[in-house]
Amino acid sequence: MSVLIAVGIIGIVSFILAIGLGYASNRFAVKVEPKVKEVEESLAGLNCGVCGYPGCRNYAEAIVHKNVDIDKCAPGERETVLKIARIMDINVENFVPKVAVVRCQGSNKETTSRFEYRGVKDCRMANSLGAGFKSCSYGCLGLGSCARACPFDAITMNDDGLPVVDEEKCTACGVCVETCPRNIMELIPRNQKFYLACINKESGKNVSNICQVGCIACKQCVKNNPEDEAGISMDGKLPVVDYDVIKQWDKANEVCPKSCFAFRKDNII
Amino acid sequence: MKTFRGGVHPDCKKESADIKIEKADLPPKLIIPLQQHIGAPAQPLVEVGDEVKKGQKIAEAGGFVSANIHASTSGKVIDISEYLYPNTMGRKALSAIIESDGKDEQDEQIKPYEAKLFDSDDLVDHIEGQEILDLIREAGVVGMGGATFPTDVKLNIPPGKEIDSIILNGVECEPYVTPDHRLMVEKPEKVVDGLRFMMKAINVNRGFIGIEMNKPDAIESIRKATGKYSNIKVFPLKVKYPQGWENILIKVILDREVPPGSLPLDVGVVVANVGTSAAVSDAVRHGYPLIERVVSVTGSGIAEPRNLLVKIGTPFLHIIEQCGGFKGTVKKVIAGGPMMGFTMFDVNIPVIKGTTNILALTDQEVKEHEPKPCIRCGRCVNVCPVRLVPRMIALLAKQDEFEKAEEYNPLDCKECGCCAYICPAKIPLVQLIQHAKADIMARQRAAKAK
Repeated sequence: MSVLIAVGIIGIVSFILAIGLGYASNRFAVKVEPKVKEVEESLAGLNCGVCGYPGCRNYAEAIVHKNVDIDKCAPGERETVLKIARIMDINVENFVPKVAVVRCQGSNKETTSRFEYRGVKDCRMANSLGAGFKSCSYGCLGLGSCARACPFDAITMNDDGLPVVDEEKCTACGVCVETCPRNIMELIPRNQKFYLACINKESGKNVSNICQVGCIACKQCVKNNPEDEAGISMDGKLPVVDYDVIKQWDKANEVCPKSCFAFRKDNII
Repeated sequence: MKTFRGGVHPDCKKESADIKIEKADLPPKLIIPLQQHIGAPAQPLVEVGDEVKKGQKIAEAGGFVSANIHASTSGKVIDISEYLYPNTMGRKALSAIIESDGKDEQDEQIKPYEAKLFDSDDLVDHIEGQEILDLIREAGVVGMGGATFPTDVKLNIPPGKEIDSIILNGVECEPYVTPDHRLMVEKPEKVVDGLRFMMKAINVNRGFIGIEMNKPDAIESIRKATGKYSNIKVFPLKVKYPQGWENILIKVILDREVPPGSLPLDVGVVVANVGTSAAVSDAVRHGYPLIERVVSVTGSGIAEPRNLLVKIGTPFLHIIEQCGGFKGTVKKVIAGGPMMGFTMFDVNIPVIKGTTNILALTDQEVKEHEPKPCIRCGRCVNVCPVRLVPRMIALLAKQDEFEKAEEYNPLDCKECGCCAYICPAKIPLVQLIQHAKADIMARQRAAKAK
C-alpha cells in the first residue's frame, strides 16, 4: 500500500515539475534561425574548433550572417560543404578540397647539421636557437612538431626525419601549416598531382652546398614545362607552380637536375 | 649583509682572475658588424676598397637608439656584406671586413680634450654635461656588460624623471667571467673617472660601485681610487648569482623595487657597467672611440686562460689561438658566461662591444640530460629572483597553452637561468619560458599592428 502512496506522490510532483519545465522551455527558448540550425546540423558536430570558431553553432552563425568560407569544417569533408552550399545557395562546382603537403625533401641523408642541438625537441624552439641546426635555413628540422600538432594523426615522421602526410586522414585543417616555424607545410588542391618540394630562396651555389635535393634556381622547369611560363614562373630564386594552370607533369623530375618535384601518390579527392 | 631573495650559488671558477690584461695580437682580418648594439643598425660611411685609419668612424648611428661604429685598426675595407655575429638567434648583420695593414695607424681626427685639461682631475668641473653626452655618442659607447644599450641614450634622461644616483655594476656574478674584475684591479682610476663624468652628465651627486665579495683585490683598489671623492661609495655585495642584474643591484643597494615593466630610471637610478665607465673616461678625455675591450678567455677547453685587450671585430678563433688553442675535446664555445651566454657554432664570429668572455667547455663538463618529469619540488620557485613560477610557465608552454601561461607573467622573466640550473629533473625551463615569451610577444605585436 505504502508503495502506491510513494508512487502517487512522486507522480504528482513530477507532473507539476513537467508543466514547469514545459513552460520554461517555451518562455526562455533561445531562438535559433532555421537556417543557422540547418547549417549547424550539416556540420560534423564535433565542436572541435578546427574552423577557428569555439563551436559548430558559432561557425554556422558566421556562415549565415558573416558570409565566411564554407569549407572550414574539416571533419565534415566534402559532403558537409555540399550540404551547406545547398542551404546557402552557393555554387560549388569548382570546389576542390585541399590536402597538406611537405615542401621539403631534405632528410638527414641529404642535408647536414651545423651543430648539435640539445634543447627541447620542438621545431619552433630549435628554430629560434641559432636559426636552427640544419645546414639549410629553410628546410625541415625534423623534430616532429607538425606530427604532434595534427589533430587527426595524419602526419608521421619517417626514419629519415621528414614528415609524411597520410592523405586519407588529412582534412586540410591547416594546424600543421600554422605550427611549422619554417612554413614548409602547404595546403594544395587535391587535384594537383605534383608540387615543388623546396622553398629555399638562396642562390643555386649556396643551396647545392647544403642540400642534395634543393632547388638551385636553374630555371629548367620554367623553360621545359608543357605550359611554359604560364605554368611555372620564377619568383626570385624559386620557381612557383601555378596550380590553376598546370596540374600534372609526370616528367618534371626528368627535367629538374635535383629532382626537386614531388608527386602525390594517392588520388584521393 | 643585505641581499635579495632567491638566486643560486654556482661554482665561481674564476680561473683568469689573477692574470694581467695583455694586448691581443692584431688579426689579419677584422669582421666589424654594424649592429653591435640594441636599436637600429648603423649606416655605413665607407665603401669597399676604402682605406681606413684606426678609430675612423665607418658607420653612423642609424637613429636615436643606435651607436656609431669605428674601425679598430688601419687597413682596407675588402667587403661589406652579411656576416654572422654573436647572438642567440643565429642572425647575420651587415659587417665591414677590414684587412689590416699591420701599421695600426690612428686617425688624425682623434684628439684629446683641450690640451691643458685632458689629464687633469678638474676636467669634470670644466666640462658641460651636454658636451660629455656628445663625446660619448661620438665614441659609440654602449653598455659593455652584454646588453649593449647605447650609453648616451641611457644618460639622456626624459623630462619629468628625477635621477638621484648612479650605480656602477662591478658585480660580475657569472662564473668564469673576469674582464670587469681585472679592469677594476688594474685601472680603477679610469673606472671611477668615467663614473664622475656620467654623474656630471646627468647632474647627479651620488655614485655607488657594487662589487661582489669574492673580489677583495678589486674592492680594495676601487676603494683607494674613490678615496678622494666622498660622494662615491663602494658597496661590497654577497656572492650570489644573479647579483649583477640591475634591478637586484638597485634593490640591494638602495632598497628600491623596480616595478615589472619599468626601467631603473623610473625609480631614479641609472646603472652602468664598470667597463662602460672606463670607455666613457677614454671617450671624454682622449676622444678615443670604443674600438677595443677586455675579454677573458677561459674554461677547461682553453690551454692558457688569459685576459686580453681585444680589438672589436677580432674573430674568436684568432683569440683562442693566442691562448694556446683548444685543450681536450671541446664540445661548446660560449660567448659570455655559462649562465646567460650563448653557445656559438662558428668560431670565426667576431668579438663585439658586448662580448665579455669566451668560454670553451670540454666533453667532461658538457653533459646531455634527458629531462625527467617535474616532481614539483618547488626549487625553481625558491630561486627565481623575479618571483615567478617557472615550472607552471614551462609546463603550459610545452602544451602550447600560451594564453594560460601568460597569467604567470613570463614576460617578467629575465632568463637568468637560476631555475634551469637548480632543477633536479633537468627540465630546460628557460628555453620553454622563452618559447612562451616569443608567442606572447608575437601576439602582442599582431594586436598592435591591428
